[in-house]
Amino acid sequence: MTFFDLARRNVTRHWLRSVLAVVGIVIGVVAIASLGIMGNSIGLMFDDMVSDVGDTLIVSPAMGSGSDRLTDRQVDDIKRAVGSNQVIPFATTVDKITVGGASSGAMIYAIPASDIPSLLETESGGYPRDTGAGCLIGSQLAANSQENGLKLGARVRIGDETLRVVGVLKERGMGFDINPDYAIVVPYAWYSNHYNEKEYDQAIVKVRDVNDIDAVKESIDQRMNRREDTVNVMDTRGILESVFSAADSITVFLMGIGAVSLLVAGVSILNVMLMSVTERIKEIGVLRSIGTRRSEVMRMFIYEALFLGVAGALIGGVLSFGVGYVMTAVLVGNPDFLFNPASLLYIVFGMGFGVFTSVASGLYPAWKAAQLNPIQALRHE
Amino acid sequence: MPVISFDAVRKVYPLPAGDVVALDGVDLAIEEGEFVLIMGPSGSGKSTLLNIMGSLDVPTSGEVTIAEKRISRMDDDELTLLRRDHIGFIFQQFNLIPLLSVVENVEYPLILRGQQNGSRERAQEVLAAVEIAETHFSHKPNELSGGQQQRVAIARALVNDPDFLLCDEPTGNLDSKTGTAIMTLLDRMNREEGKTIVMVTHDPRMTDYADRTIRLVDGRVAE
Ligand SMILES: Nc1ncnc2c1ncn2[C@@H]1O[C@H](COP(=O)(O)OP(=O)(O)OP(=O)(O)O)[C@@H](O)[C@H]1O
Ligand SMILES: [Mg+2]
Repeated sequence: MTFFDLARRNVTRHWLRSVLAVVGIVIGVVAIASLGIMGNSIGLMFDDMVSDVGDTLIVSPAMGSGSDRLTDRQVDDIKRAVGSNQVIPFATTVDKITVGGASSGAMIYAIPASDIPSLLETESGGYPRDTGAGCLIGSQLAANSQENGLKLGARVRIGDETLRVVGVLKERGMGFDINPDYAIVVPYAWYSNHYNEKEYDQAIVKVRDVNDIDAVKESIDQRMNRREDTVNVMDTRGILESVFSAADSITVFLMGIGAVSLLVAGVSILNVMLMSVTERIKEIGVLRSIGTRRSEVMRMFIYEALFLGVAGALIGGVLSFGVGYVMTAVLVGNPDFLFNPASLLYIVFGMGFGVFTSVASGLYPAWKAAQLNPIQALRHE
Repeated sequence: MPVISFDAVRKVYPLPAGDVVALDGVDLAIEEGEFVLIMGPSGSGKSTLLNIMGSLDVPTSGEVTIAEKRISRMDDDELTLLRRDHIGFIFQQFNLIPLLSVVENVEYPLILRGQQNGSRERAQEVLAAVEIAETHFSHKPNELSGGQQQRVAIARALVNDPDFLLCDEPTGNLDSKTGTAIMTLLDRMNREEGKTIVMVTHDPRMTDYADRTIRLVDGRVAE
């Protein structure tokens, strides 16, 4: 039996009131922790994307330049402008494809065969060659078309020609350059021959050193847009940054809401503790009269607040983990982000803040209890 | 050397309507082993006197010596420790701690003094001495009768082996039979253990138990 015991007993004596106070803390902790995890996950997603696609420039014909396609000469100009960095021009079209007896429309990407391996990874099979009639199919297209027999080794008719599926691509997700998951990828030579086309829609520039992005962009502009804009150069990092800075400020805002909810929880603890002090004035008088020091009375009430805070923080911590998991899995699409040290630190931070808020809210009531005059307290009914 | 001595003690409560003089120059001495009654009309200052003896309150002027310590320059902590280590209180309303069981109530003063070791055994021993049955040890105070609660309160006051007991109308909330039992118990503590007891009461029959009676009238000791 200690002051801690006394505090615990008083908390459990009024369990409903205590539970309500704890709920406030739980909400605050979960809000801060899960929103922090959210923000951190978005940051991690940004880093991932930048490392995936941040080295990419996309060159497309300038709007209003009279042409909506890139010529061979323009592609050569781009190659000269970017020096030793890789340029991958490509064309896209939509056509009817026939597999077995079934026909459907499909997106077709035409990429020079020699550039395909540096841009796309295969799940199974190999890569097509410029000279052969091979093609690749996107992961989702493959998954959705199994019953049609569209799989590795299948024959696909496009117009009056037949292509053989030589590889299935790995899932690539949303990209800024190309989105081949639902598409067919053919060698550019085949495309050029089949459709009698010599031009491209866009060109991807892979910049070897991310720090050179601006210089390479500038160099393309210098060479191709000196007199009039013939091409438009888009850098993915810039786009990502503007998207994510918006997400960042939303996160800060949400964390603020979390902090406010903890503040409200703090007020409710303050209220609960003041009630507890008021109800126990007589008891405090008894404790003081038989030799309990002010500091000990104070300690007893702070333990009470600590008790509520720790309970709230523990429950909140566990819930934050769950909510964080759902958020990273559903909203961000990668639950691994939850196990990032910074994410876990947000849970610890939320819990710490919950305990801190409770104890801080308990200080004033505890001080008030300690300051009571023992004689007046004893006389209190 | 007296256990308690008052030298020209005045206690004035300043109120907006004018000062209330609760004690007006009290001189007294309580010797070790005495059983002293304090009697007097309502408002004569008995409780005020007892509170000052118990270092719950301090005089406006004059000097009080308790357990050979002058209290005039003591701070709140020192007064509290004086209560904890030298004084046992027994109140009219029992004033047990509702959150604690009977035995824990008695154990509490020992724990305040950091005497965790053997505190439970000591508490049980004292409870047995005030004739509380073992079956009640784990009960909460409100599950006991008034007389039983007052016995537990007496056990709590005695457990630290204080220099003296202060009782403010300890039988005031009890029927006369139970009150007599409590008085018999206190009398035994005085005779057999040599406990010094100061008791405020309105009941003239209590003079049978006491060595002497101090009468207060209007905050003064009457002869
Ligand atoms: N805290 C206080 N503030 C103002 N006046 C007080 C205070 N405590 C006591 N008094 C006054 O001091 C005087 C003595 O009060 P005290 O309680 O000592 O009387 P008492 O002899 O114990 O009376 P009773 O027999 O009714 O208990 C009374 O006039 C009372 O009104
Ligand atoms: Mg009185």
